[in-house]
Amino acid sequence: MDTSIYDMPHETDVAWCPGCGNFSILKIVKQALTELDIKPEKLVMASGIGQAAKTPHYLKTNVFNGLHGRAVAAAMAVKAANPELTVIVESGDGCSFGEGGNHFIHNILRNPNITHLAHDNMVYGLTKGQASPTSQFGFITPVQVQGVTNEPFNPLALAIALDAAFVARVSIADQEKSFEVIKQAISFKGYSFVDILQPCVSFNKINTWKWFRENVYYLEESYDPKNRTEAFKRATEKGKLPLGVFYKNEKPTFEDYLPVYKTNKDPLFKREANLPQLQKLIDSMRQ
Amino acid sequence: MKEVSIVLCGEAGQGIATVEQLVTGMLKLSGYHVYSTSEFMSRIRGGTNSTLIRISDEKSKSAFIDRIDILFPLSSKALKHLEHRISPETIIIGEEGNIAEEYCPNRANIIKVDFTKIANEIGGKIYTNIVSVGIFLALFGVEENISKSYLTKRFSSKGDTILQNNIKACQRGSEIGNQMLEDGKLKIDLQKDDSVKNYLTLNGSQAIAMGSIAAGLNFISSYPMSPSTGVLVFLSQKAEDFGIIIDQAEDEIAAVNKGIGAWYAGARAMITTSGGGFALMTEGLSLSGILETPMVFHIAQRPGPGTGLPTRTGQEDLQFVLNGGHGEFARAIFAPGNAEEAFFLTQHAFNLADKYQVPVFILSDQFLVDSHYSLPDLDLTNIKNTKYIEKTDENYKRYLLTENGISPRGIPGYGSGLVNVDSDEHDEEGHITEDVHDLRPKMVDKRLYKKLKLLKEDFVKPELIGPTDYSILLIGWGSTYSAVKEALELSTRKDVAFLHFKQVYPLSEDTIDYLKKAKKVVVVENNATAQFGKVITLEYNIKPDQFLKYNGMPFSVEEVKEFIEKI
Repeated sequence: MDTSIYDMPHETDVAWCPGCGNFSILKIVKQALTELDIKPEKLVMASGIGQAAKTPHYLKTNVFNGLHGRAVAAAMAVKAANPELTVIVESGDGCSFGEGGNHFIHNILRNPNITHLAHDNMVYGLTKGQASPTSQFGFITPVQVQGVTNEPFNPLALAIALDAAFVARVSIADQEKSFEVIKQAISFKGYSFVDILQPCVSFNKINTWKWFRENVYYLEESYDPKNRTEAFKRATEKGKLPLGVFYKNEKPTFEDYLPVYKTNKDPLFKREANLPQLQKLIDSMRQ
Repeated sequence: MKEVSIVLCGEAGQGIATVEQLVTGMLKLSGYHVYSTSEFMSRIRGGTNSTLIRISDEKSKSAFIDRIDILFPLSSKALKHLEHRISPETIIIGEEGNIAEEYCPNRANIIKVDFTKIANEIGGKIYTNIVSVGIFLALFGVEENISKSYLTKRFSSKGDTILQNNIKACQRGSEIGNQMLEDGKLKIDLQKDDSVKNYLTLNGSQAIAMGSIAAGLNFISSYPMSPSTGVLVFLSQKAEDFGIIIDQAEDEIAAVNKGIGAWYAGARAMITTSGGGFALMTEGLSLSGILETPMVFHIAQRPGPGTGLPTRTGQEDLQFVLNGGHGEFARAIFAPGNAEEAFFLTQHAFNLADKYQVPVFILSDQFLVDSHYSLPDLDLTNIKNTKYIEKTDENYKRYLLTENGISPRGIPGYGSGLVNVDSDEHDEEGHITEDVHDLRPKMVDKRLYKKLKLLKEDFVKPELIGPTDYSILLIGWGSTYSAVKEALELSTRKDVAFLHFKQVYPLSEDTIDYLKKAKKVVVVENNATAQFGKVITLEYNIKPDQFLKYNGMPFSVEEVKEFIEKI
């Protein structure tokens, strides 16, 4: 597959460690975009801060690289202001679930038509190895010296509990199957969330490439992603982590409800102030 | 009397706002200049609130005054609440139980009316307020056809019985009012002015919201916070008519990031909040600084710190707004003095933000947003909006280094170029850089010095009121405008002038000439630390004297006048 329209110039200095899972994620996102025929100029990649959040810089498209944790908020507004754009948020577990937890919750409820790809390596990489919200119980770090005592954050169970539109988990150790799910997520209408398990080769010596191969299994072909109770059950399973599309619940999006697009489909940048209507409003205030 | 000051005082939930609305509406339609402002507690029921209504036969009486000519106490605690403002001349109209005589310095001026009994005769306690409305109408000679059609418009949707009872209550009140006039208990001698009938009435929140509409606002995301919420509510009511996306954000952090995202995609966006909400937005403010994304903030100030006094007024956040946000970048701050300035400055703010790709603030306060003004017009003939958006090509660079510091602003999806914005220090294309020798200083100069220079060139000049050969210069900003102006007009001093700033940052260099002319410069501010005085000291190296008030109430005309006489 020729994904070169998304390639940055060869001399681009990539800030990731050799062997990082981010390289594979970048590769399959490019493949998915190519196969879905999304033009770089009609796509916005939004991200926050962290190693994962640098991904948009290594993919030739429109980039909104904002604040730590706030990418989903900005992305939702970009989509609302111009629904003709494809909008993808790509950021890490700290950005998506720690700093950005409230936005994650409320955008599940709001259901904008954007895709959220969360790179989940269960550790903070860019700040050198502290626990992330998804770090496993007992995980030892320079800060959590006795091991993590928090329950790990379960984004899938939360999303399903809030009746999210699209909830999936993949492991980048299996690029082929991850590609299929990410492609589905991008083409899905609504807030499509994918938790992407990936190793951090520098700071997570527990959840390694090998660990992610041995501790996962795929949802069976007979699995029904419309069954919310079953989805919740699978999302909260102890032991091996299921992979695949857990839950699909297509419903009207945030943009569908916006009165501004009911009769006029123009994105906001094409619109002007309505001064004649304002004059009417002013005159109505003379009564 | 050239002007009458009436105060209604009672509990939250007693319907004072309804009386205010009915009375000001009908008096305006009868040809009087009206202005009203409220001070109220942060609660939905109970407590003690008061509303001041000023009725005059000449313009610009839109300031808070202590004097009360006629007082309607609606609860037993009302007179105690207003003790310091009641004078022997104050006429008190109320029912027995609400008149605590120890707070009445002149018993001859008490007029007892059995409002509850009359209301019950008509149909229930709910009509009490309409009886007092009727008294108002009689005192000011409002014609019956005006009151009838106004009440019909207001109450017809509630069914005929309720409407007829309201009309009856109003008539009973009018009879009582006419009797007062006949008995010579009070006398009001104001001229009606036909041209006023066509004035529009609006509050400060509406003026700011309509200014944003005039600028083509089409996206607002905010989290409710007193006293800023009025803007969000008004825009929500008008959203469908004007094509505005309304988003009640999960928190203020989301709100500002959404505003910035919307501008990035080509919308014209604003947030509305107060100091505490803005505190959560400061990282976002800083983001708009480095992204060079335009952004408009409306901050309605209230006294802090912390939760402070949620429903009261103050000018405590100028230094916060001026210095908020980490790092260094340019910004502009406007501070409207009344509804008209609020409208035009808000409209201007969007175009300025767009032109220079900077955050721009409308800094109002509770007193301004909750005051009801009447004015001849909001003239749209000179309203001009320019969108500074360019269609991109393949070679587009979002942060192209240019002579004046402004890079053409592309937006995603408009043209064949790519628009990269980055919170990290970046190169011209918007990608991360750590080139500290060349690019970093260039980008700082672009965002800070070059833009500040341009903003100063577009400075909105202050307004000088009073003699040009002054030796004493009072300086104010924002909502202190009306009180200082009126106080100066009433004062006997001929050597005092008032300079009202509508743009409080950045200041233009030549404005110092106003200050140099004066032997003495005094800042008048609703805060404890002379925050604008500090800006003056910083920009002009002049240390002004201070006249400050920081109890949560606006300046009254009387106290400013007293101050002027004593300087």
